[in-house]
Amino acid sequence: MTVDLSQFIPSFLEESFEGLELMESELLNLKEGDNETIHSIFRAAHSIKGGAGTFGFDKVTEFTHLVETLLDEMRDGRREITSKDTEILLESVDCMRLLIEAARDDDNYDHDKVEQTTSRLAETLGDEPSSDSDNQSENIVAASNVCGYTINFIPEHSLAKTGNDPLFIFNALAELGQLTLSADCNDLPALVDIDPQELYLSWQLTLYTDVGEAEIREIFEWVEDECLLELVPIADTSNTSQDIEVLAPEEEPQSQSTTTNQEQLASTQNASSAIAGAKESTAEDTNIPATAKDKDKAKAKADVGSIRVGVDKIDNLINLVGELVITQSMLSELGNDFDMDKVDRLTSGLEQLLQNTKELQESVMRIRMLPISFAFNRFPRLVHDLAIKTGKKMELVIKGEQTELDKTVMEQIGDPLVHLVRNAADHGIESCEVRLAKGKPEKGTISLDAYHQGGNIVIEVKDDGAGIDRQVVLDKAVEKGLIEADAILTESQVYDLLFEPGFSTAAEVTDISGRGVGMDVVKRNIQSLGGRIQVESTLGKGSCFRVHLPLTLAILDGQLVKVGSETYIIPLIAIVESLQIDNKLINRVSGDMVLYRLRDDNVPILPIYQLFNLATKCTEIDKALLVVVEADGQKIGLMVDDLLAQQQVVIKSLKDNYQQVAGISGATILGDGSVAMILDIPGIIHMALAQAQHAQREKTDGNASVTAEVCL
Amino acid sequence: MTKVLVVDDSNSIRDMVSFTLKSAGYETVEAKDGQEGLSKAKSSNFDLVISDVNMPNMDGISLCTELRKLVNFKFTPILMLTTESSAEMKMRGKSAGATGWLVKPFNPEKLLATIKRVVK
Repeated sequence: MTVDLSQFIPSFLEESFEGLELMESELLNLKEGDNETIHSIFRAAHSIKGGAGTFGFDKVTEFTHLVETLLDEMRDGRREITSKDTEILLESVDCMRLLIEAARDDDNYDHDKVEQTTSRLAETLGDEPSSDSDNQSENIVAASNVCGYTINFIPEHSLAKTGNDPLFIFNALAELGQLTLSADCNDLPALVDIDPQELYLSWQLTLYTDVGEAEIREIFEWVEDECLLELVPIADTSNTSQDIEVLAPEEEPQSQSTTTNQEQLASTQNASSAIAGAKESTAEDTNIPATAKDKDKAKAKADVGSIRVGVDKIDNLINLVGELVITQSMLSELGNDFDMDKVDRLTSGLEQLLQNTKELQESVMRIRMLPISFAFNRFPRLVHDLAIKTGKKMELVIKGEQTELDKTVMEQIGDPLVHLVRNAADHGIESCEVRLAKGKPEKGTISLDAYHQGGNIVIEVKDDGAGIDRQVVLDKAVEKGLIEADAILTESQVYDLLFEPGFSTAAEVTDISGRGVGMDVVKRNIQSLGGRIQVESTLGKGSCFRVHLPLTLAILDGQLVKVGSETYIIPLIAIVESLQIDNKLINRVSGDMVLYRLRDDNVPILPIYQLFNLATKCTEIDKALLVVVEADGQKIGLMVDDLLAQQQVVIKSLKDNYQQVAGISGATILGDGSVAMILDIPGIIHMALAQAQHAQREKTDGNASVTAEVCL
Repeated sequence: MTKVLVVDDSNSIRDMVSFTLKSAGYETVEAKDGQEGLSKAKSSNFDLVISDVNMPNMDGISLCTELRKLVNFKFTPILMLTTESSAEMKMRGKSAGATGWLVKPFNPEKLLATIKRVVK
């Protein structure tokens, strides 16, 4: 029968990547004499090798074999653990990852890197990797003129104690051909001397078959060390020109005479035949990868998108669903025969339903939450590598790794964080000499921290390095034409320049960072997740990049606002404050610009009814309410008719259900069943600025017809 | 029905062995390491044990030694599932009382064919 194992590939892959991560983190912690760590690294490699072989991922098996050999030497204490070896092993982990990913996607991989690492591994091991293709030919025995074998099988008395039973062996032999056998009871002691746990019989079997000697010996594979086993080919008499000696080179002619003697176990013939047998069985073993390869062609594709959820979370859900069912049955019973006496019970039932739903929602959301350690655990290796590349000394401190974050957010925050850490290592941390000269500890520290703040998660990437020199940033910005030479900028505006496309303050470009590609991408990625990034820095003391992210992308805390007959939702995270407009603070500048003086700031006012072309009675600025929102460091006042409730809303994609609309980031369904649009604050600010500039330009061009719909 | 105890720390290997055996009509019980295997063995009878060698907590060789101490497992076939096909490894297995070994990479057809040498 054939058993299709391809369904197990995804779980093997998941396990392998976990294994690789474990190998990596343990390697980074590896110290001389730490046997437990070496063992667990070895086990991980070992499992990967075993699984890869099964699915025919031969490259993975081959490569991992070398890694395993090296680890094995370390494990047995045959090799000292040097930092050089650890480096090679870390590189090997990368290669294994490459190879597994390539096998998974049925794709190509970086051959040079793998080959380089392979040769370094081989060099370390002190020999060339053995190719397993050349040792198959020698076992081929021409079976053309053999029609069967006479088998002498004399087991040791203790054979049964290892769980072997000759009967099953004979059954297996009988499947190969026509089997006849006779038992030899000569060794059977007197009844009183019989130990019921011992085996006293031996057998002579005759098997007529067309299979080779190797296959017959294989059946005896597990008992060959515990028995005397002889195979004598039976010549096919129908074929006249046969030559037995040539066909069975391992068989000594005189061996037949020694069959029934137990003492012969120790004889040299037996030893040599056992060795021959062992040789064959090893040869047999090396054949297996080839067959496995043929059978398991099926490949599993990468992103099955599974998630591991703790049993406690599931139990909690089941519990809540149970309560929901109880509430539902209570309510439906109330509804069966309703009169006004039951209003109190109905109200409390509905209350309970609300509670259940809320808890259920929270629990379901929690399923998508994973500890941020999933995103953090790649950094020890990164910092380790960066320290070697830059020649600086640095350590990584990770805090708050148990802070939970939505899986989707987690997947997308990884790359921006890598960028920030690279920057910290490359630009932030100074070289040892500089640090010592400044009276700082020789070793720099980069710290990663995550914590919850309100409905957000905050991730900090901090270093105790040189800090950001504002003057250098300003000079560079002027040089690049990003700002005017005489511009006066606030501290945060200066740091915002770092996120401009093409901006780099690094004196020289290194291969780690400094090409100026990236910080703008970092900011964009964070913004697309609905988050923002803040920079704090003290010259000479270090910098801190603080990323604020929503906990989840599926639910949003929103402020409902009324404009005309429509309800809109403003993400709470974007709102700075909401206020009643005070006429005295309105400042109409030239053209259609309306500014509102908010303490030290002048905030442009943007009436939403104009933006979306709505009919509303509330068109006068002083009768409306102003919701001041902020994005990209830019504040704007949204003019609305009324503020309604604040509530959590489930985000529905507008793009999936309709199409992308400028100024709208999504939609949601409100309690009364109506649809409300969620405002895209950065988008609206961008639109408003663009229109204002457009208006400005038309004006300066001397064009009298100002078409700006937006007063900015 | 022939009942098999499958002990392996790798989920995927354990699932595969178990799946293969079940598809051939065997009944299986799984354990994730030697310790769990031993406690499951103590609470039930098995016709065959298939165990990985390298496992945390208790490795396959120790499991084998421990099982042979139990009356119920004195003659039960115990097969080691191993990638280490060295003669030394096999000797260690034998001296711990292992019946035989199955060499990884795991091949379902071969598994089913070879276990016939020790069970129905």
